[in-house]
Amino acid sequence: MDQAIIVSFILSVMTASTPLLLAATGELMTEKSGVLNLGVEGMMLVGAIVGFATAVHTGSALLGALLAVLAGMAMALIFAVLTLTFLANQVATGLALTIFGTGLSALVGSSYVGTAVEAMPKLRVPGLSDIPIIGPIVFGQDALVYISLVAVFGAAWFLRRSHRGLVLRAVGDSHDAAHAIGYPVILIRYLATLFGGAMCGLAGAYMSLAYSTSWAENMTAGRGWIALALVVFATWRPIWLLVGAYLFGSIMYGSLAIQAAGALYFFGQKIVVPSQLVSALPYLATILVLVAISRDRAKIRLNAPACLGRPFHAAG
Amino acid sequence: MGRRLHRPGGVMLLRLEPRGQRSRLWSYASPLLALALTVVTSAVIFTVLGKDPLESLYVFLVSPLASATGLPELFVKAAPLILIGVGLSLGFRANVWNIGAEGQYTLGAIFAGGLALRFPEAPSVLLLPAMMLLGVIGGMVWAAVPAYLRTRWNANEILTSLMLTYVAQLLLIYLVTGPWRDPEGYGFPQTALFSASATPPILVAGTRVHLGVLVAFLVAIVGWIVLTRSVIGFQLRVLGQAPRAARFAGFSQDKLIWLSLMAGGGLAGLAGMFEVSGTVNQLTPQISPGYGFTAIIVAFLGRLHPIGVIFGGLILALSYLGGEAAQIDLGMPNAVTGIFQGVLLFFLLACDVLILYRLRAPKPVAGGA
Amino acid sequence: MTGQAETTRATGTTVPLLSLSGIVKQFPGTLANDRVDLTVLPGEIHALLGENGAGKSTLVKIIYGVLKPDAGEIRWQGQPIIVPNPNHARRLGIGMVFQHFSLFEALTVAENIALGLTDAADRKGLRSRIAEISKAYGLHLDPDKAVHDLSVGERQRIEIVRCLLQKPKLLIMDEPTSVLTPQEVERLFETLRRLAHEGCAILYISHKLQEIRALCERATIMRLGKVVAHCDPRKETAKHLAELMIGTELKAASHHGRAEANGGPRLEVKDLNLKTEQQFGTDLKSISFAVKGGEILGIGGIAGNGQAELMAALSGEMLAANADAIVIDGVAAGKLGPRERRALGGCFVPEERNGHGAVRDMSLSENAFLSGYVRQVLARRGLIDSSKTTGFAGEVIKSFDVRTTGPAAEARSLSGGNLQKFIVGREVKQSPKVLVVSQPTWGVDAGAAAAIHQALIDLADNGAAIIVISQDLDEIFALADRIAVIAEGKLSQTIPIAAASIEQIGLLMGGTHGTPPAPSGGRHAASA
Repeated sequence: MDQAIIVSFILSVMTASTPLLLAATGELMTEKSGVLNLGVEGMMLVGAIVGFATAVHTGSALLGALLAVLAGMAMALIFAVLTLTFLANQVATGLALTIFGTGLSALVGSSYVGTAVEAMPKLRVPGLSDIPIIGPIVFGQDALVYISLVAVFGAAWFLRRSHRGLVLRAVGDSHDAAHAIGYPVILIRYLATLFGGAMCGLAGAYMSLAYSTSWAENMTAGRGWIALALVVFATWRPIWLLVGAYLFGSIMYGSLAIQAAGALYFFGQKIVVPSQLVSALPYLATILVLVAISRDRAKIRLNAPACLGRPFHAAG
Repeated sequence: MGRRLHRPGGVMLLRLEPRGQRSRLWSYASPLLALALTVVTSAVIFTVLGKDPLESLYVFLVSPLASATGLPELFVKAAPLILIGVGLSLGFRANVWNIGAEGQYTLGAIFAGGLALRFPEAPSVLLLPAMMLLGVIGGMVWAAVPAYLRTRWNANEILTSLMLTYVAQLLLIYLVTGPWRDPEGYGFPQTALFSASATPPILVAGTRVHLGVLVAFLVAIVGWIVLTRSVIGFQLRVLGQAPRAARFAGFSQDKLIWLSLMAGGGLAGLAGMFEVSGTVNQLTPQISPGYGFTAIIVAFLGRLHPIGVIFGGLILALSYLGGEAAQIDLGMPNAVTGIFQGVLLFFLLACDVLILYRLRAPKPVAGGA
Repeated sequence: MTGQAETTRATGTTVPLLSLSGIVKQFPGTLANDRVDLTVLPGEIHALLGENGAGKSTLVKIIYGVLKPDAGEIRWQGQPIIVPNPNHARRLGIGMVFQHFSLFEALTVAENIALGLTDAADRKGLRSRIAEISKAYGLHLDPDKAVHDLSVGERQRIEIVRCLLQKPKLLIMDEPTSVLTPQEVERLFETLRRLAHEGCAILYISHKLQEIRALCERATIMRLGKVVAHCDPRKETAKHLAELMIGTELKAASHHGRAEANGGPRLEVKDLNLKTEQQFGTDLKSISFAVKGGEILGIGGIAGNGQAELMAALSGEMLAANADAIVIDGVAAGKLGPRERRALGGCFVPEERNGHGAVRDMSLSENAFLSGYVRQVLARRGLIDSSKTTGFAGEVIKSFDVRTTGPAAEARSLSGGNLQKFIVGREVKQSPKVLVVSQPTWGVDAGAAAAIHQALIDLADNGAAIIVISQDLDEIFALADRIAVIAEGKLSQTIPIAAASIEQIGLLMGGTHGTPPAPSGGRHAASA
C-alpha cells in the first residue's frame, strides 16, 4: 500500500520533470554556444501539436515524437536564420518565435481538441519490470524519460570531455577568438540552436503524448519559460539541470496533488487553499529560484557564456 | 573529427556588407517591406489551409473596415495596444525587456474594477479619475516586482515579469470565481456589471469610441516628446545602445530600469482599466485577447517610437478584427491572428538588417575561395 | 631603399617562402590594402612596418586566411595558393600570434592550446608536448591554469606555444610587444632569434622602430594601405624609418610658457582601494597620488593591470568606499557620481571610444550632450536645449578639426582618429580643472595624435591638472612632467620624467618595485 503510493509519487514526479529536463538541456546547449533563444515555449507547443497530430493519424507515438523533433528544429531554424544570418535581436526574435508558435499550434490544433491518443508505450523487461519499486521506476518508463536522462548526462560529458564540446564552449566564450583561430562560429551556432529546437520539440511531444495524451491550446502553460529559468538555476551546468528539473517537477506534481485533494493537510489540520494559489506555486517558485541564484552576480558572470545573446558578424 | 566542423562558409546564400552609416531610407521602408512580405506569406498560409487566398485576404484585411462601425472599432481595439506599446517602447529602448505587460494590464483591470464594484454609486467625476489612478497603480505594483528583483537581486526581468503574468491570470480567475463573483450571475465566472458612472464617456455618438482612445493618442504624443526631447528619454536611449556610455555620463541604470518598468506597467494598467470599464464592463477571465503580448509587436512595428506605435497599434488592431471576421466568414480558427502577428514580427526583425547592412550576392573572389 | 632592387635580390637567391603580389582588400569606406607586394624568405626575420591603420593587420589576416583578398596572388614556396581559412594556413605551416590574443578567458591553458590544433592526432599526449616545448624554449606554462588568471606575458606564451606545436615554417607576430614589459620583450626576441636560426621565418608586424632595428633583417614599410618602401632596418636611422612610415615631417608637441605648477593639488587620491566588477579584472590596492594645476602626470603600465578600474574610480563610474579617497579641487569626491564630479571640474576620456566615450548610433550633437550637459548646461527643465547642444558640438568640431559633415553626423560615420579628436575635444572644451585621459591616441593616425597631444599640453599650460593613463611609454615621456607605473593594481611612487629611465620603468611595469615602498605607507603618501 505505502509502496504503491511511493512508486506512484516517484513516477508522477518523473513525468512532470521530464519535459522540463528535455527542453532545458536543449536550451543549455544552445546558450553554451552563445545564443539566447527565448522561443522555447513556442518550439515546445509546435512540437506538442505536430507530435500529437502524427500520433492521431499514424497511431504511432514514437513516430509522433520523431516528427516533433523535426518540427522543433524547423522552428529553431527560423530563429537561427533571423538571428545568426540576419543578425536580428535575439530577445525580440525569441519572443516572436513564441508568439508564432502559440498561434501556429493553436491553428493546427483546433481540429484536434477533444481527441485522445494512446499514451507512449512504456518499457517492459520481463522479470526486471516486476521488481517492487525499482522495477516500474527503472525499467518501466517510456522512451522519452530515458532519452531525457541520456541527454543530460550526454550533454555533461560532451561539454566537459569531448573536443567538440570544447569548441562549443569556446564559441560561446569568445566568438572573435574562435573565428580568428578558424572555427566556423555561425555554423556551430546553427547546429547548437537546431539541437535546442530538437530537444524542445521532444519536450512538447512528451507533453501531448505522455503527460496528457490529449491536445489543448497553450498546454505547455509556461514550462518553456521555466526551462529557461532552470538553465540559469543550473548556472549552465547540465548535472544541476537534473536537480532543478526534478525540483520543479516535484513542485508541479505537488501543486496538482493539492488541487486534486482540494485541501492541504498539515499536521492533521485541514487547510483549504484556493486552487489558483496552488496553481501559481510553480511560477512563484521560479521567481524565487531565479532570485536565489542571480543575486550572486560573480557566480553568474563566471559561468554564463561570455558571448550569450551577442550577435556575430565576421568581416571579410 | 574536427575537420568536418571546420568547413568554410555556413548557411549563407547572400553576403551582408556593413553600410557604415545607418540607412535613413530603410528605417522607414523596412516595416513596409515586412508588412508586404507578411501579406504574401498570409496568402500562402490561407492557400495551404484550402481557402481562396484573395478572398481570405479581403476578409482578413479589408472587410473589417468596410462597414460603418469598422473604423471606430479599429480605434477601440487599437487604444490598449497603443497605450501598452508606448510604455514598452520606452523600456525596450533602454534594453529593459518587460514582457509581462499582459499581467500588468490584468492587475490594472483588477484594481480599477475592484474600485468600480466597491463604489458603484460614486459620481463619475470622482470615480473615473480614481479608477484611472488605481489602474495605473495596479500595473505599477505588478511591474515593481521585476524592477525590484532586477535592481536589487540581479534577476532577469524577462522571466520574472512573464511568470507574474501567469500569476496575475490566476489571481483574476480566483477573484471572479470566488470573492468577487456576481451572486446573480448564474454561477458564471464574472463580476457584476459596472455602474454607468464607472463607464468612460463615449466620444463619438453611436460608436464605442470612449475616452480611452483619446487618452491613448495623448499618451503617444507625450511619449514622443519624452523620448526625443527630454533628458530622461535621452538617458533611456543611451542605456539601451551603450550601457557603459550611460554609466560614463552619470546616468543611473537602476533608476532607469525602475522608470522603464513603471512606465510600461503604469500604461498597461491604464489600458486594463479602460478596457474593462470602456468595453467589457465587468471582470471576467477573458478581459484580454493577449493585448500585453501583441503590444510587444506593436512596439517593434512602430520602431520603438511612440508615433510609430500609433500605426503599429492600428495595424495589429486590424489583425484582431480580421481574425474575428475570418472566424465568422471563413470558419477559420481565431489563431490565424497569432500567426499573422508572429510572421509580421519575424519579417520586421529580418528586414531591419537592411538598415545597417546591404545585401550582396557573394562575389567570386580572385585568388580567394 | 628601392623596392625593385630588394625584390630582385630576394627572388634571385632562393625561392621565397611566401610571396604576395597585387593584394587588394576593400572595406566599406577604406581601401585597406592597395596592390600590396611582399616577399618573405625562409628563416629570415622580416618586419612589416607601418602606423596604426596602415593596413598591416589586414594583410596578415589575409595570409592567415581570416580575411579573403578582393584581388591578388599568394604564392607559398613558389606555388600559387588559396588560403580559405586559418586551418588551411596552419596545415601549410603558417602560425600566427594575434595582437589581441585569440584566447578564451574561461578555459584553461591546455584547452586553449587544444583549440588551436585542428587535427585530433596533434592533440594526442598534448600535456607532455606542451611541457616539452615550454622547456625547450624557456616558455614556462601551467597547463591547468585558467587563462583569466594569467599575466599578459603568459598569455602570449600560450599563443606562441600553440604555434610552435605545429612546427611552423612561418610565424606571424602581430604587434607582439605592445603589451609586454621591456624585459619581456628582450626574452621574446631571444626566442624569435632562436626560431629564425632553426629555419622558421618570422613576419614581425610593428610600428616600434627601435625594436625593428634591433630584431629584423629586412623591412617592408606600409602607409595608407600601400607598400611605400623596402629597406634593411639595421642600416637606417630611427628618424628616417619614422619619416618613411609617417610620410610627413611632424613637429613635436611643445611645452611652452606653462604656468609653474603651484598651489595645492587639484586632484588627490589617498589610499584608494577598489574591488573590480569585471569578471577578469584587477582590484585596486592602496593607490595614492596627487596632481597640481599645470601638471601632467603620466601613468604607465601594461594593459589589464588596473587601468580600467583606476579610470572608473576617478571618473565616478565606480565609487570608492570612503569619500576622502578622491579629492577634486579640495572637495571629497570619492562617493560622488560622474555628474557631481563634472560639476566640481572633472572631465574624463575613457580608453574605449565606441560604446563608452561615445555612442556609435547617436549624432555628434547627442554625443556632445552625453558628457557636456553638466558643465555646459545643455538641458533646461528636463528638456534638451538642442540649439545650445548643437552649438557646443559645432564648436568642438571646428576647434579640433574633426572631419565630418557636421553635428548631425552619427558617431559611427567618423574614422577612429576623428572620433577620438571629437571626444578629447568635447572634454577639453569644457575647461576642466582636472582631466583624466586614458589611451588618448590609441589607434589614431599621427596627425591626429599630434593635435591631441598639443591640446593636452595647452590645457595644462592654462592651469588644469592632467592625468594621462597610457600603455605607450613614448607618449608619456613626450607629455608628462612626472610618471608613475601601475602594476597588479598597485601604483608606484611618482618619478619626475627627467629622472626616469626606461629600464627602471620597465621593472616597475613587471611588478618589481625598484624602490622600497613609501616610508610611512600609502596612507599618508598624499603629500608626495
